[in-house]
Amino acid sequence: MNMHKYEKVWILIGSATLLFFLIVVGVSAFYMGNQPPSCAVTLDPEKVREHQLFKEPGLTEIGDNEYQLTVVASAFDYDVGTDDKVVQIPVGATVHISATTTDVIHGFEIAGTNANMMLEPGYISTYTNTFDKPGTYTLVCNEYCGVGHHLMYATIEVVE
Amino acid sequence: MKTAAQSLLKKVPAKDAKLVMAHMYVAFAALAIGATMGLLQVLERTGSFQLPSWLGYYQVLTVHGVILGLVLTTFFIIGFMFAAQSVTTGGYSNKERTAGWIGFIMMLVGTIAAAIMILLNEATVLYTFYVPLQAHAVFYIGLALVIAGSWFAVWVIVLRHFRFRKENPGVRTPLLSYMATVNSLMWQIATIGVAYSTIVHIIPWSLGLTETVDVLLTRTLFWYFGHPLVYFWLLPAYMMWYAILPKIIGGKIFSDSLARLAFALFLIFSIPVGFHHQLTEPGIDPFWKYLQVVLTMVVVVPSLMTAFTLFATFEQRGRELGAKGLFGWLKKMPWNDARFLAPFVGMLFFIPGGAGGIVNTSHQLNQVVHNTLWVTGHFHLTVATAVMLTFFGITYWLVPSLTGRVLTPVMNRMGILQTILWGTGMLIMSGAMHWQGLLGGPRRSAYSEYAGNADTLAWGPYQIAQAIGGSILFLGMIVMIIIFINLAFFAPKGETEFPVAEDHPNAAPTPAIFENWKLWIGITAALILFAYTIPIIDIIQNAPPGAKGFKLW
Amino acid sequence: MAKPERTEEQVTQQHEEHDLKGTFVSVMILGAFLLVSWLGVWSLYLAR
Repeated sequence: MNMHKYEKVWILIGSATLLFFLIVVGVSAFYMGNQPPSCAVTLDPEKVREHQLFKEPGLTEIGDNEYQLTVVASAFDYDVGTDDKVVQIPVGATVHISATTTDVIHGFEIAGTNANMMLEPGYISTYTNTFDKPGTYTLVCNEYCGVGHHLMYATIEVVE
Repeated sequence: MKTAAQSLLKKVPAKDAKLVMAHMYVAFAALAIGATMGLLQVLERTGSFQLPSWLGYYQVLTVHGVILGLVLTTFFIIGFMFAAQSVTTGGYSNKERTAGWIGFIMMLVGTIAAAIMILLNEATVLYTFYVPLQAHAVFYIGLALVIAGSWFAVWVIVLRHFRFRKENPGVRTPLLSYMATVNSLMWQIATIGVAYSTIVHIIPWSLGLTETVDVLLTRTLFWYFGHPLVYFWLLPAYMMWYAILPKIIGGKIFSDSLARLAFALFLIFSIPVGFHHQLTEPGIDPFWKYLQVVLTMVVVVPSLMTAFTLFATFEQRGRELGAKGLFGWLKKMPWNDARFLAPFVGMLFFIPGGAGGIVNTSHQLNQVVHNTLWVTGHFHLTVATAVMLTFFGITYWLVPSLTGRVLTPVMNRMGILQTILWGTGMLIMSGAMHWQGLLGGPRRSAYSEYAGNADTLAWGPYQIAQAIGGSILFLGMIVMIIIFINLAFFAPKGETEFPVAEDHPNAAPTPAIFENWKLWIGITAALILFAYTIPIIDIIQNAPPGAKGFKLW
Repeated sequence: MAKPERTEEQVTQQHEEHDLKGTFVSVMILGAFLLVSWLGVWSLYLAR
């Protein structure tokens, strides 16, 4: 079997490009800690509200411009601790998000940010995001969860 | 003399042709239904069109996904592979053909059972049927029947390949037969995951025999199947590009060995990559996610090889015809031949499709696009354009060849129109989906204004663009159905060949190692065990309490 | 059906003969497209 010399060059360059992609995302993930949302912390999906984290969902200040945001998703609602479904976050704040679901799989996506994860019954999904740009962001469900899937939302206001 | 020349044409034997056509009828009926559902979806999402109260958006979406993603593709692919195998190896024995019919009937019964449940609104769970949304048990049993039926089909293809080897010792197997065998084996290995998940976990749970189900385990088994599924769609298109298209442009196969190498690599690397669909999920260790990301990048390499081969096939042929300059060969291509144009446009669409796929699998980059409309746009480029346009291109000669008819110049022009409609519609629709996805627009969602914030309201224009693209696609579907009906029932009688490309007379011999199935299957199994054993043990050992079923539609 | 034997050298010679400059330029353009689209989304990830 022989390969045309141009094809050898192409496969070499192509593979080098793929390797470059892998190194960039690998260094970013394992050296700089930018892992995709992942946690492997479990809870009983029928006793979510009894869990320490989810007794009172919402935003809590835990340090200098550092917050914890816990969210309970259920069909077809995000409990973010406020009646109007608006959470106000100071600009530049680091927010540790913990979320879970009481029923089926839901999505958790703050549109326009990198906060994008799956919520699966029995698991706590966590992600840390820094909100650097002021503005109004919408938390939407991006995994089909039933007839009201498109009616699940909350608002994140990043304020000065 | 004419009849003597005609009898030399490569054709599927009549009894096998009937079996192939049976698959084609189902495939094109599925296209008509599925594309109509697609039109309803894009119109609903403009916000100015309401579905009747008895028809839910997500029910329509379930029909669209199941009938196009699972039914159209599976029936067309099995029909096409049956035909390719029959033509290149000399036809099936009665036993083999009977097994093929049994598989067909099982798949058809399974499809009808699942369809009834969807129409009764008992199974609005989309084609991925993620638990703990719980559909009627008959829906899952129907899907299991489709899979079991497909096993009959792929084994007929695999065993026919081995019978050819046995009956022709020392002879290199036909390239198309080799490729169909790779795709069939991959399908067999991959579907074990979803069959196990459905039969052992989901069906007993939906019948009430077990109370709860392991959500992450069933999802993981689904995606163990889900990624090879997309390669199962893609490889038949590659079969056509590598081993049939050269004949249509009057050229030769660029390299038999490189084609087999690419397919062997696809067998090995298509399966242990499912985690790149699960990167944003809790419960899977980041190391194993990254490992499968690496393996996914490896499976890009045979596609890079394919790109080179295709350009080279065209350039070689163009230069044979006297083309000059760097790109003069492009002018020599048979642009007014729908059998060429449709798959060629499909190939072009696979370039952005592949680029998007590399983004999807790139670990953190997945967070930017995961479950947004970008993903929907992505697979409408890959399966719904690259693969489908190639299948349409196949239809233009396969169906008349099977029915003893010919493609008339009028139908050829219709095929060109079809290609233009499909390409234009998809460019607009899929382009708008990609952009809206980058802005955060979620996939699988009915029209919604959410909280009325500016960010979500900005998605409106993109949804209108999708409706425009989707309407053009609907027209493209109508044209395609007209062509199919013509070729199946009304086109003038005549002889149409099943085109099979040949090697260059001076091609180097193909190394025998490609025919060493024990080696390739062994490596495949080893890689699957490596990529999945520890994470699956992890998932089972650290599993939270199981989930009860919900019916939320 | 047996084809006349050819030496590896002859075969290689025949194979290298094809002028595939257009193919090479085409795949390089394809590679550039892959790189640019990837870097585009990567920069979006970094900016968010």
